[in-house]
Amino acid sequence: MVGWAIALHGGGGDIPIDLPDELRIPRETALRHCLDLGVSALKSGKHPLDVTELVVRELENHPYFNAGKGSVLTAQGTVEMEASIMDGKTKRCGAVSGLTTVVNPVSLARLVMEKTPHIYLAFDAAEAFARAHGVETAESTYFITPENIARLKQAKEFNRVQLDYTAPTPKEPEIRGDSQIGTVGCVAVDSAGNLAAATSTGGYVNKMAGRIGDSPLIGAGTYANHLCAVSATGKGEYIIRATMAREVAALMEYKGLSLSEAAAYAVEQSGPRGTCGLVAVSANGEVAMPYNTNGMFRACATEDGFTEVAIWPKN
Amino acid sequence: MGKWAIAVHGGAGIDPNLPVERQEQAKQLLTRCLNLGIAALRSNVSAIDVVELVIRELETDPLFNSGRGSALTEQGTVEMEASIMDGTKRRCGAVSGITTVKNPISLARLVMDKSPHSYLAFSGAEEFARKQGVEIVDNEYFITDDNVGMLKLAKEANSILFDYRIPLGCAGAAVTDSPLQMNGLPISIYAPETVGCVVVDREGRCAAGTSTGGLMNKMMGRIGDSPLIGAGTYASELCGVSCTGEGEAIIRSTLARDVSAVMEYKGVGLQEAVDFVIKHRLDEGFAGLIAVSNKGEVVCGFNCNGMFRGCATEDGFMEVAMWE
Repeated sequence: MVGWAIALHGGGGDIPIDLPDELRIPRETALRHCLDLGVSALKSGKHPLDVTELVVRELENHPYFNAGKGSVLTAQGTVEMEASIMDGKTKRCGAVSGLTTVVNPVSLARLVMEKTPHIYLAFDAAEAFARAHGVETAESTYFITPENIARLKQAKEFNRVQLDYTAPTPKEPEIRGDSQIGTVGCVAVDSAGNLAAATSTGGYVNKMAGRIGDSPLIGAGTYANHLCAVSATGKGEYIIRATMAREVAALMEYKGLSLSEAAAYAVEQSGPRGTCGLVAVSANGEVAMPYNTNGMFRACATEDGFTEVAIWPKN
Repeated sequence: MGKWAIAVHGGAGIDPNLPVERQEQAKQLLTRCLNLGIAALRSNVSAIDVVELVIRELETDPLFNSGRGSALTEQGTVEMEASIMDGTKRRCGAVSGITTVKNPISLARLVMDKSPHSYLAFSGAEEFARKQGVEIVDNEYFITDDNVGMLKLAKEANSILFDYRIPLGCAGAAVTDSPLQMNGLPISIYAPETVGCVVVDREGRCAAGTSTGGLMNKMMGRIGDSPLIGAGTYASELCGVSCTGEGEAIIRSTLARDVSAVMEYKGVGLQEAVDFVIKHRLDEGFAGLIAVSNKGEVVCGFNCNGMFRGCATEDGFMEVAMWE
């Protein structure tokens, strides 16, 4: 019997080290709050599937992260959200894409897993499924925040796809490159070794309608088996072709690497600097949160009392 | 310079009582597609181009469940999906929810080559298609009488049709008359046959592609394993893999990716990798796959009742088969 552990993220990317307090503090507070929620749930014996779902719901409800409310906008100025969830023991999974009115995409993904013979539903049909199950929906105004309207405007001015956390100065040159970040996710393991992972996102700014990223793709943005649970963030196209979340588990299974070795290696191999990060927990109650971007909004806690809420590397 | 190899499939899980004419048609189609691929490989066409052209042929022919001849959604429409991957740099492209694009595999290729993304779906994908000027047809083009009939029966049975839900004891048993027959195919075991192709060319470049209409009577908006990189399709420097069968099982086991991962991380060869994933990755699920390696090998593996397949190597080996 090992201890429980939980890790969550609010997206990795080129987060400027001089991020102003008014942008930094609410996010740190939110991460701490979500961590506390997750820890309480684990302490009260809730299954990791329930824990990851409730933590991701909370992150979706926060307007500061790119999921649910506060999702970045497509080229049309709309939101198109996606999410996935996976249970490590059974490897059952659920995923959704192209959501426009569902308040908590991660919960809809869970419903797909539990209430249909399928794994993945998308667009109009996913919305119809949501309504058929009485899932909470809201008008687009609920999801769209002024910051994201501004981000879209800025991205269009640059006429390129933009990362989520660029400081809003239109004159800023394109040193930050094209990294697309901003996703939320949570992984958890209980003392019985049950594992689960969940990821949710609005995608990236100025994306083409219909573009699907890594977050709803099992094996790319989300993965869980009997060894570990993983949720990824970063440039979707790299994470997809590297099947990054699955990679962590595969390295543990096939190469016998430890969680931290496997997680670090997976991030390193999946893309160049500035493209990806992940949070992972193992069946043994370990945590890993590697990233190759400047920063990653993250938090973790283990039963032996370790806890961390951070954005940048600790020096 | 290495040797080329190619494999094609038309779906895993076959009715043991499949009428002989249909078996013949399937074999002919697989042979034709294989020969198309072989001719291209002999003229040094690259692996990724061969994969695309062979799957286009499979999509265009109404026999299997892709492009024209796709299984129908619960609404009686066609919704197709496909993915393609180039092992050399692990570039990939995928599409879902395609309703008017004549060759979904080519659209997936365009997503890979002409967009900054990996995966486009539904109206966004259709819009991209129009901007790219691909061939567009009405949804009716894809619908065949056979499938209209099958859908009707599926609804009557009110179930999704899998054709490997055959109790294993039935193989070879005498046909029992079922009240629900359509074109000689018992309803409970009609096959929604996904198609796929894997190729390694003389330069040792691997590529893979998969295309499908999905499950008969499926919910609109349901996405299966075929467009999911790592599940239905994967290609790396070492191999190219295309899977078919129970979508859920393939997704959960990241089947295509695992063949490559086992080769990469355990250092085993293609045959051993395929045997391993088929035996150990599928739990209670039924699926099959075709795979090539950068060494010019080709392997097929499946744990269900048959898989429509064809494979050939530059050494002159060629086989088209359905059963074990």
